[in-house]
Amino acid sequence: MGAQAHTDGGHHDHELGFVKRWLFSTNHKDIGTLYLIFAMVGGVVGGFLSMGIRAELAEPGMQIFVNEHMFNTFSTAHGLIMIFFMIMPSLFGGFGNWIMPLMIGAPDMAFPRLNNISFWLMPPALSLLIISLFVEGPSGMNGAGVGWTVYPPHSTSGHPGPAVDFAILALHLGGASSILSSINFITTIFNMRAPGMTLHKMPLFVWSILVTAFLLLLAMPVLAGGITMLLMDRNFATTFFDPAGGGDPVLYQHLFWFFGHPEVYVIILPGFGIVSQVVSTFSKKPVFGYLGMAYAMVAIGAIGFVVWAHHMYTAGLSLDTQAYFLAATMVIAVPTGIKIFSWIATMWGGSIRFDTPMLFAIGFIFLFTFGGVTGVVLANPGIDRALHDTVYVVAHFHYTMSIGALFTLFTGWYYWFPKMTGYMYNEFLGKVHFWLIFIGVNVTFFPMHFSGLAGMPRRIPDYPDAYAGWNMISSAGAWITILGMAVFFYAMVQAFMRKRVAGDNPWGEGATTMEWSLPSPPAFHSFEHLPKVK
Amino acid sequence: MSASHKNNHDYHLIDPSPWPIMGAFSAFITAVGAIIWMKSLDEGDGVFGITGWLPFAVGFLLILATMYVWWRDIIKEAQVDKAHTPVVQLHLRYGVIMFIMSEVMFFVAWFWAYFDASLFPGVGVMGMEARDAITGGHWPPMATETDGGFFKSTFDPWHLPLLNTIILLTSGATVTYAHHALLKDDRKGLILGLALTVALGLAFTVFQAIEYSEAPFSFAGHIYGATFFMATGFHGFHVIIGTIFLAVCLIRAIKGDFTPKQHFGFEAAAWYWHFVDVVWLFLFASIYVWGAGTPVAH
Repeated sequence: MGAQAHTDGGHHDHELGFVKRWLFSTNHKDIGTLYLIFAMVGGVVGGFLSMGIRAELAEPGMQIFVNEHMFNTFSTAHGLIMIFFMIMPSLFGGFGNWIMPLMIGAPDMAFPRLNNISFWLMPPALSLLIISLFVEGPSGMNGAGVGWTVYPPHSTSGHPGPAVDFAILALHLGGASSILSSINFITTIFNMRAPGMTLHKMPLFVWSILVTAFLLLLAMPVLAGGITMLLMDRNFATTFFDPAGGGDPVLYQHLFWFFGHPEVYVIILPGFGIVSQVVSTFSKKPVFGYLGMAYAMVAIGAIGFVVWAHHMYTAGLSLDTQAYFLAATMVIAVPTGIKIFSWIATMWGGSIRFDTPMLFAIGFIFLFTFGGVTGVVLANPGIDRALHDTVYVVAHFHYTMSIGALFTLFTGWYYWFPKMTGYMYNEFLGKVHFWLIFIGVNVTFFPMHFSGLAGMPRRIPDYPDAYAGWNMISSAGAWITILGMAVFFYAMVQAFMRKRVAGDNPWGEGATTMEWSLPSPPAFHSFEHLPKVK
Repeated sequence: MSASHKNNHDYHLIDPSPWPIMGAFSAFITAVGAIIWMKSLDEGDGVFGITGWLPFAVGFLLILATMYVWWRDIIKEAQVDKAHTPVVQLHLRYGVIMFIMSEVMFFVAWFWAYFDASLFPGVGVMGMEARDAITGGHWPPMATETDGGFFKSTFDPWHLPLLNTIILLTSGATVTYAHHALLKDDRKGLILGLALTVALGLAFTVFQAIEYSEAPFSFAGHIYGATFFMATGFHGFHVIIGTIFLAVCLIRAIKGDFTPKQHFGFEAAAWYWHFVDVVWLFLFASIYVWGAGTPVAH
């Protein structure tokens, strides 16, 4: 073990016992599988919490929660778990690990051992967050009801119990995991591409992972700094964010959103990459404007670092500052537009197959375009005065980085499921899954635009009767989504039971990236001989 | 390459290892232990009925143990298995550079907090009346006693801080001397240069500790001490890490691990040390020198 025998790079998955293969793994595919399984657990927990939220909001008055704090605890945990323990471990950790090395023709990651600690930091981080639900937050109440942004003073003097400390350390461990895996991905992409694969020949999914990794590498430490100061304010009586000692709560907001805005691109960029691969495959055409697509992602990543304060228009920023952040934010619509139009142009004139991955990809383009448009609305400080912290914002970010990202996740899942498992899923069940959750999420989130424009605040469990109608519809949509997810899990179980052999490339000539030239599932170390790229 | 006797490429495929999962769960114990410890301060009740620093210490020692066995394996892979081909060394270079990049961004957070307070000490900024009352509207702040803290004056930058600056700059020179000796296969010079660097690193830490013990301001209760100790303390922590890193390199140099052609462990330590050095120059210039002054009344 360890350094004892530097044996082979060969196909010895059958020689490894369970513990060595799964707990001590240094194999990018096995670690990718662990990430995907972990993300499913995170998704089920986060989905359960969201059902709590929708059950509470189904009607005016308190429905299921004993107090308002419990509602806030649910929405906080829902947000944190979905972002850090569902979307990131699946799109970045899962597919990034599983598929990216296959696409560049690498036998494994640059730092396989580091890869494993990146994964194994996730279960402890999730455990810390779950523990936070069951320890004291505000006096006499359990859990951290601070929102995923953990703003002081609610997260400092408002929560004297240890719940927020547990949440902060969960973010620390999750952040360490992200930084380490980013270092690993960047090194792998820069140094382990097959001979002949220049940067400008890399599949767009690899580009998306590269940009995402840089965002995490540069943004995560700033969050770590911010929440460390929060920890100091909470436990060592410092006053970084406490005006009584000369501190400034808005400083925390700056530090948080300097991380937080790149973070939303961390969530969506791998999905951009996946959708580009899938739209190209199922249109049987190379992606339209490849270089523009690649550099649009680079531009989104770069500009993403200089727009953070558009999350803080109501925090008392000067008008000049607001004008700058308005302009910078609007600029992001340009590279994003390049992506949307290039996807459409890729489909244009293509011989399109509407298999489940393609349905999810088109569903994503619809959702993301819609959410992008409401984003342009919210970028304006003038109108944001009225819409800040209403459920209009909830609708906006769920259309983009939440269900938008979720749809790219299913796009990638159905697309690569045959490659990863060797089995074909049931196309009919996949389509039923798609239509149920496509209808479900739209019924859930579309009405929030109306309630939000009418002034319904977010993070509040109770509301006036005037908002009752749309909220009832939203909650009904949540049940449709749950039904869709039940179909998904059934479809997966069924695929593993039926064992329909998928073959190396079930998607035909449109699937041109290197993973489709390998067997399904690929050998333990995919490339014994490095492939040559023309 | 000799290392990849069974591989058809120069990459290093690593055998399964128990250390990552051990490290991750040690981090979990450390995190829970840290919360228990923090909640035990000032006669607190701890968490889950547990109090004290012991769980934290156990977790932290486990992390140190993980680091030891993990790096022991890496050194063995390099020295015995000859697995560190040129491309693998290139991986390590990229890895360390990016690790340092992320560390730089960590320091951005502390500098952000410092400049938030020092550039905008309160006058005329809406919503900053409370800060104005603490700082007197200028930086360095006026001498104050706050609820739970105090600020009397800044340090004189031309005493211990200047000495520490000279120490760190000198240590940058000695580590470069060691590197040149190594490239010329002069083991004695390498060992001498490294030993001097480690000694200078220790001297820095000692002087920093003396300075801290004489601080005319408190960490708690006042924004000056908060930003000062956070930034310089985090830096001091990095000096200690860098010193340990260099000391490990010293031991390895004495053992004869480094050759003029292959010595990335040394280079990584030197890069890290230069990074710590540069951060100090920014701290010295912005906090100690630019932020110095005699406190005046409001």
